[in-house]
Amino acid sequence: MVLLVTSHILAAALLLGLGARLGRRGTIAAALVVPGVAAAWFASQIGGVLDGAERSQRWTWLPDLDVALSFRLDGFALLMALVVTGMGTLVLAYSGSYFGPEVPLERLSRFAGGFVAFAGAMLGLVLADDTWTLFIFWEATTITSFVLIGLDHEGAGARSAAQQALLVTGAGGLALFGGLALLADAAGTTSLAGLSAAPATAVVVQVGLVLVLVGAFTKSAQFPFQFWLPGAMAAPTPVSAFLHSATMVKAGVVLVGRLAPLFAEVSWWRPTLVVVGGLTMLTGGISALRQHDAKLLLAHGTVSQLGLLMVLFGLGHPATTAAGVALLVGHALFKAALFLAVGIVDHATGSRDIRRLTGVGRRLPWVAAMTAVAAASMVGLPPLLGFVAKEAALDALVEEGDAWSVVALVVVVVGSVLTTAYSARLWFGLFSDGPGPTDEPATVRHPPSVGLTGPVGVLVGLTIAGGLLAGPLGDRLGVASEALDPAAEGHLTLWAGLHLPLFLSVGIVAAGAGLHLLLARSPGLPAARLSGTRAFQSTLDGLLVGARRVTAIVQSGSLPAYMAVVFVVLIAAMTAAFVGGAGIGPGGTSATGGSVLQAAVAVLAAAMAAAMVVARRRFVAVLMLGAVGYAMAAIFMLYGAPDLALTQVLVETITLVVFLLVLRHLPEGYSPPPEWAPRAVRIAISLAVGLGVATFALVAGTARTTSPVADEIVARSEPDAGGRNVVNVILVDVRGVDTLGEITVLAIAAAGVANLVRAARRDHGAGTDPLGDPHLSGAGPQPDPPDAIGARSVIFDQVSRAVFTLILLVSVYVTLRGHNAPGGGFAGGLIAGMAFVMRYLAAGSPHLRRPRALPTSGLIATGLLLAVGTGLTAAATGEEFLTSSIAEVGLPLIGTVKLVSSTVFDIGVYVLVLGVVLSVLTHLGSESSGHPPGLAEPGASPRAGAR
Amino acid sequence: MSLPLVALIGVLFATGTYLMLHRTITRIVLGVAVMGNGVNLLLLTAGGRRGTAPVIGGEGTFTDPVPQALVLTAIVIGFALQAFLLALAWRNWTVDGNDEVEDDLSDRRLAGPMDDADGGTDGGVDADTQPDPPGEGGPR
Repeated sequence: MVLLVTSHILAAALLLGLGARLGRRGTIAAALVVPGVAAAWFASQIGGVLDGAERSQRWTWLPDLDVALSFRLDGFALLMALVVTGMGTLVLAYSGSYFGPEVPLERLSRFAGGFVAFAGAMLGLVLADDTWTLFIFWEATTITSFVLIGLDHEGAGARSAAQQALLVTGAGGLALFGGLALLADAAGTTSLAGLSAAPATAVVVQVGLVLVLVGAFTKSAQFPFQFWLPGAMAAPTPVSAFLHSATMVKAGVVLVGRLAPLFAEVSWWRPTLVVVGGLTMLTGGISALRQHDAKLLLAHGTVSQLGLLMVLFGLGHPATTAAGVALLVGHALFKAALFLAVGIVDHATGSRDIRRLTGVGRRLPWVAAMTAVAAASMVGLPPLLGFVAKEAALDALVEEGDAWSVVALVVVVVGSVLTTAYSARLWFGLFSDGPGPTDEPATVRHPPSVGLTGPVGVLVGLTIAGGLLAGPLGDRLGVASEALDPAAEGHLTLWAGLHLPLFLSVGIVAAGAGLHLLLARSPGLPAARLSGTRAFQSTLDGLLVGARRVTAIVQSGSLPAYMAVVFVVLIAAMTAAFVGGAGIGPGGTSATGGSVLQAAVAVLAAAMAAAMVVARRRFVAVLMLGAVGYAMAAIFMLYGAPDLALTQVLVETITLVVFLLVLRHLPEGYSPPPEWAPRAVRIAISLAVGLGVATFALVAGTARTTSPVADEIVARSEPDAGGRNVVNVILVDVRGVDTLGEITVLAIAAAGVANLVRAARRDHGAGTDPLGDPHLSGAGPQPDPPDAIGARSVIFDQVSRAVFTLILLVSVYVTLRGHNAPGGGFAGGLIAGMAFVMRYLAAGSPHLRRPRALPTSGLIATGLLLAVGTGLTAAATGEEFLTSSIAEVGLPLIGTVKLVSSTVFDIGVYVLVLGVVLSVLTHLGSESSGHPPGLAEPGASPRAGAR
Repeated sequence: MSLPLVALIGVLFATGTYLMLHRTITRIVLGVAVMGNGVNLLLLTAGGRRGTAPVIGGEGTFTDPVPQALVLTAIVIGFALQAFLLALAWRNWTVDGNDEVEDDLSDRRLAGPMDDADGGTDGGVDADTQPDPPGEGGPR
């Protein structure tokens, strides 16, 4: 079964992919293969299932979430599968003749692909034995239906109808999803049959049921969602016949049929289903009497019939369920036949307007006869399947006799009168010869081919056979209804004797005929005042307008305002947490944290930070930031984190240089503060954030009670990773993959800086060199740039040259010893970067701008490759990615040397960090982009602003 | 838990927030940097009490090494982030002649009256969704 469903989807993909290459006949023939094979396979299963065999298949998809593709072939599923595949095959065969040469090949292949995909989705839906399987295929039918309704995607009407159907059924699908989730959770299983375990009295279950019903009502076009189905008639007739009468719109009914035996005893279930289904049946019938387009008449008739099915299945009594199954089959047969027949008339005459058609009955006697049989089955005339099924329904309602069954009986009788009237209206409209009150009569231009009439003949033949063989058929359909409700044994008889249902049937037909005659003489029913489509449109427009208003408020376009929102939410979250009861943990507090010096540095750093905010000039603020950073390094040192202290000092220094490099281009002071919020508000937000985070730090920092994971890392550091510096071991070994990700971020950031600077240079026209690379722009020494930092000092220059190599050596040493003592690749790379910073400061830009002197991209790439290569080497030897291997090598003179593979990783980090620092320096340090645009280029855009 | 450090964390976050609520990119970068310091300190102190450097062979109780490793990479990445933001400020300066984050004009336009908007691109009501009663469609 999984295979059959998936092969539908594969076939659809192939059809869509091959497009027009197959030709007209080829496309339809190729499309026929999979549904045909599936139909044959399901037909071969009939015997087994009648004997009580149930096949099921389960393919686990997401085991952790208990999501599986689970199929079960019980009697009802088999019946529906036969309807889907058999009807699909017939309708496809019909469409081979229906789509003439005037239909572009591209549209034909989209039709075939969408059609087969839909058949697969529908098949999955009826076979589903799992809530999530059901939901997935449910949504798949919605989407494929959207594609098929909008087949004529150049027509605004079809697009609008497709969108409407998608939104209505899609919204229902969401409700269904919520409902199924609630039910599955309450039942503790995702199996559909297992949902009976959900306690029906629980509020959660009732809410879940309401949601599921909303989904079923939208899909099966129940009141008040019924309007999308007539709209969907924008689709070609084969699509309407298959999706919108025989299969997809039955999905909601099928779901109710599965659930009603489990939940019909919920107090509001029967009233709801009877009222909704009844309203649908009556309004649909009245609407059908208003239509002049034969296809729309049928669509409204389908809505009406779906209401009837909803009532029967919704009641959930064994007898009504069995009658519902029979009617479901009967309806699929006669309604599809009617749709196809209308398609034939349309094809032959070019019109579906029953006021214009004339003389069709005489020219197409066979079509008229077959339509008459199908319409008679819809009315419920013997000896047809429709009569047998409707008799069973009336009988069940009469026998049941409880209050809601009586209500349902009245509704069904009145609705059936309407059904009779619109069936007569349809047939006489299409085929009668009456004096057409129209100016432009339409009549047969060419006779239909066997390809069109054949499938209708098959359907009509089945309708007749079903009626004549009512007894044996009833036994077999009984197996299907027993799958829904074990007590629902089906009995169908053509002649049950003279009893109330028969009299009712006679009365219905008589009243319906009278109604038809009455209406045929009157000018017809007035047009409806309330239109679901219009209500839908105004709802949609209202939503769009509302969304726009909300967006206008929420999305103000001001970054500071967004930041303020983020911070306010942070404050609210922290406040909520504190109110929820968080206190100082067992860690305890102390006034100095054990170190007076540390406390003093902390106070100093706080003062510097405050000074930074007050500073009116950028340079002052940047210097204060540096001071805060160095204070942080001191705190790290005193806290027992020398690695951090080392890194912090180095980074702070380089950051300072980078800031100064950029700031020399920017104006001295700041622009005025944002006008959206007064200073007091910003200060209040800031203070609240500070206070909140400080409290959080107090709570979180003292809350630790279990022993940290670090204990194990410390214990295994030397034996497993061959290193004594635990921080470094964590970086290059324990969390090596994490570090790999982080150095990748560094590389990307460096690339970002490079690109931004190059873009800036291009704008200036300074980047006349084709590559736009700053260190390629000037070959050979150049005069001191006017905006280089400081004057050039010969002594500084010479000293820096002398120590340059020395610093580089130190950096290598720091890297290599990092595994066992404070240091490592990050620190080493920063130190090496410092060496270049020093040369830069001493000599100005030219040193950094010598062509190919600093292959920064090469360094970054080498570093990444080294790091990844280390991991891959480990992986190649069968270990996990980045596992360390330790080797002890005896060397002459030096003695035993311990080599750890993660050292190579650390060297990669070293090279990469050096490359990043150099890349940032060369790009931000290149002086050529230093001209303010307003001065250099008169054409540069002035500040465009909302201020 | 050292109260001066707690206070410092609070000050760093407060000043960072204040700076980030500004339009000038330089100030925002400064704010990010200061708050970054606060985050690093918060991580470190949340890891437990101060101790000695976690190098095997050392005396006393180690400071928890895990937050240290996290903070170490955070420091280096913070550098790269600041460099990037500064390059952005510079780029803005070369384009606009200032280093400010302007309001997004398309958002302003969206907030304006409905009929000002150009339909289609900004989520406005599309012409296709205007009332257009379906049902007249045909097979061809």
